[in-house]
Parts: sequence; structure tokens; C-alpha cells
Amino acid sequence: MTIALDEVFRREAGRCTATLIRVLGDIDLAEDAVAEAFAIAAEKWPRTGIPPNPGGWITTTARNRAIDRLRRESTRSERQRESHRLHIDTIEPDHDPELESLDDFVDVVADDQLRLMFLCVHPALGADAQVALILRLLGGLETGEIAKAFVIPEATMAQRIVRAKRKLHDNHASYRIPRSAELPDRIDAVLVAIYLIYTEGHTATSGQALTRTDLSTEAIRLGRTLVLLMPDEPEAIGLLALMLLTESRRPSRTADDGTIVRLADQDRRQWDRALITEGHDLVVGCLRRNRPGPFQIQAAIAAVHADASSTESTEWLQIIALYNQLYVIRPNPVVALNRSVAIAELRGPIEGLAALTQIDPATLDDYQPYHATRADLLARAGRIDEAEAAYDRAIALTTNVVERDFLVRQQATL
Amino acid sequence: MPQYLISVCHDGNYEVDFSTPEAQRLGTQVGAFNDDLQKAGAWVFAAGLHPASSATVVRSSGGVVSMTDGPYAETKEQMGGFWMIEVADLDAALEWAGKAAAACEGPVEVRPAQG
Repeated sequence: MTIALDEVFRREAGRCTATLIRVLGDIDLAEDAVAEAFAIAAEKWPRTGIPPNPGGWITTTARNRAIDRLRRESTRSERQRESHRLHIDTIEPDHDPELESLDDFVDVVADDQLRLMFLCVHPALGADAQVALILRLLGGLETGEIAKAFVIPEATMAQRIVRAKRKLHDNHASYRIPRSAELPDRIDAVLVAIYLIYTEGHTATSGQALTRTDLSTEAIRLGRTLVLLMPDEPEAIGLLALMLLTESRRPSRTADDGTIVRLADQDRRQWDRALITEGHDLVVGCLRRNRPGPFQIQAAIAAVHADASSTESTEWLQIIALYNQLYVIRPNPVVALNRSVAIAELRGPIEGLAALTQIDPATLDDYQPYHATRADLLARAGRIDEAEAAYDRAIALTTNVVERDFLVRQQATL
Repeated sequence: MPQYLISVCHDGNYEVDFSTPEAQRLGTQVGAFNDDLQKAGAWVFAAGLHPASSATVVRSSGGVVSMTDGPYAETKEQMGGFWMIEVADLDAALEWAGKAAAACEGPVEVRPAQG
């Protein structure tokens, strides 16, 4: 029962909070109300069983409790009415929590989730705060869990979340779906924030383990939600495909002892075929819309990798072409770096290094993968002294223990 | 409707010389921005300020008022001017702030008023 409730909570908390913020016009009140409703559920459901629409039940219960409380505490209610800053539209599904079919309700809830996503990535918030708010409000993660995932003290994370919520409140941020003129930038911010959560889970910035599965899983769940909410947004589909295809390689990325296995050395039979198939279908589906964007192209690159049975049989020419296309849309040095890796695979380390020299080193001097890539290519080209120095720089920039061990071992083989 | 302070971030030592073509150009831009604000009904109040070196700090302690020369904040950056606007929400305020930054060709800061 406890496990079932936990699952319901993970699945429904974000949706319920999203709706309650609209109904109550206040993030903190909404969070308290949802927590209270889940506490009631924990007490009641073991006796009655889980209702047919647990999310609807939680939302209605939370709303009723919150409204009761606001009525009881009349002074607070007065203040509350004044601070209904986030409350913009007043569509409120008046539904019976025990109903089985709540189609209209579900539509409104979808809008609420989008509103909440856009609120969390408001440009007035810093990237750290955006990610923390998404995980807290949409992911339903406890502050302690988020702090643990980012390896920072819980008090620091709590302060970050409180400050972000307070900034939105004090600044009278609206709870609404952005106008079409602002929409592209805001969608971009949502995509980038979800991908940031994924990549942190894929290669943790610091700590003892290479990956943090909980963050990757949560990012993929958010990605799926976003695709449901914005079925016509090819970049949302591209992001989900990219995450699924990258995730498919997780089982082979580390050896039994936790050390890193390079793409070239990975046992591709361990790759998750179900994730590859799903990611593949998504890539094909979104590219067909002919509105390519950075996430779709990166997903296509991941799909080419997934198709190959080995590094040697990988269609490097196609990968280079995709990187070229990506560079046209996003002419940044990281894309150029990844392209030079593909060039090295196709034409050897000397050509790869030549491609690398076209990047202004100053732009990537603090970027660990630049030095790690350069070190590897220099070593393969037989330029040992330079490789040694490049490894030194890469190791100095690495805060993840597993990644650092890997680089130290690579350097030792020179 | 909520009110926001849009303040112009300035180097404390800026000179106010309205005779230069540069200052006149900025003045025209800011004037047009002010007109837009008023037409939209978002205008509450605005002013450009003399340099921070013209400031006096006044304190009151136990009924005794004392004064010292110079600005309170000891930073190089000082408020060079400000607008008080009244708009629907943060996004509207930020949109006006973008136009303000373009008009005065420098960064501006947006802060919500209490209440």
C-alpha cells in the first residue's frame, strides 16, 4: 500500500500542484494543500482502496481543504485575496472526486501543467532555481532529495527554492501560458531545463557515482509529459528521443566495478533495445515534420550511434553531416568539438586535431571534455608530451570521482 | 495593479552635459519611451537624477538628525534615474524594462513595489 501511494504521489503530485496553484493563486498554499490531501489519502485509501481517478481525488480534496481553511482563517483569507497574484483565469473544473471519467478536467489539468512549466522557467529566475523548482513542483521531489541529487546541503537547496518562489510571488508573476510571440523562447527554456536535469543524471557534476538514475528518470518522465502537453512541438519530441536513446546505453557505460567504459569499448548487446526502438520512432516522426531543431538533430545523431553494431561500422559520415547541420543552427564551440571527434573516427586523429584547431581554445579553456578529447586525440597521434599536459588540464577540471579515475588511468597508459 | 521600479544602472561619475549630441539623442529616445508609457497608461512617475556625488545622507538617531556628504552606497554603480510603472504583471514590467534599456542604452533593474 505504501508503495502504491508512493507511485501515485510521484505520478500525480505535479499535476495536482499545478491545478491547485491556479485555484488558490499561491504556490505555498497549493503545496501545503496537496501534502495535506496525500496525508488524508494515506490514512483513508488502505481502507477504501485507491479511487478510480486518484489525481482528481487528491486535487478535489486538496482544494476543498484549502478553501475550508481559508474560510476559517478569515484574516489570512483577506490577505490571500489580496495576494491572488498568480490567479489569472478562473476556469475551475467542478467535479466529483469519485467520478471515473473526467475528460474535461484532464484538459484543464494539462493546461495547468504547462502553466507551471513556464512559470518554473521564468527568465527572471536563474538556471539553478529553474531546475530546482521544476523538480520540486512538477516532479514532486522533496527538497532533501533534490539537494542530494545536486550534492549540495539541504539548507542551501531549501533557501534556493524559497527564494525563487518568493521572487515569483513578490514580482506578481502571472500563472499563464506565454503569448505566441514569447512562446519559442519559453519553450526553449523548458527544454533546456529538462535536458539539464537529464545530463546531470547522466554524468553527475560531482560525487562518487558516475550517474544519478533518479534525475535521469525524472527528466524522461518530464519529457514524456511535455510531449503529451505539446504534441505539435517537434523539439519536445526530439528532446524525449535524445534522452531515451542516450539512456539506452546506460547499462554498458560503466563496468561492474563502476569504472567508465568508452563508447568504442561498450558491449552493445547490453543496450536497451526497447528504449532504442521508441527513441528511433520518435526521431523519424519528428524529422518528418521538417522543422528541424537542435534537440531533433542531436537525437538523430544518437539514433545513428544506436543503429551501429560497433564503432567501426558507425555511419560517421552521416554523423558529421548532422553535426554540420547542427552547427548552422547552433554555431557554438561545443558542437564543433563533438564534430571533430566524429571526424577523428572517420579520418583519424590527425584530421580530428586539425578540426579541433579551428576552435578558439579560449572559448573552451574551462570545458573539461575539450581537454579530455584533445588529450585522447594527441595520444592517438603519438604526441605524448602534449597529451600528458592536456590530461593534466582535463583532470584538474573534473569533479566527478569516476570520471577523474578514468582520465588518470588513460594518462597512465601514455 | 502592481507597481514596479525600473532603475537605470549608472557609473557613479557620469557627467550631465545635455549639450552634447550624444546626450540629446539619448534624451530624445527616453522622451519617446516616456510618451509610450503614458499612452499605455503604465506611467506613474519618473525622473533622471543628478550624479550620486550630489547626494546627502541623513540619519535620525534618538531624535538627533545628522547629515553626511555623499551617497549611502559605496559602490561605483549608482541609480542614474528611474521610472515607477503600473502594469498587469511581471512579464509586462519586463517588456517595458527592455524598452527602457534600449532607450537609455544601458542596463536597467526591475523591482516590484510592496503592497
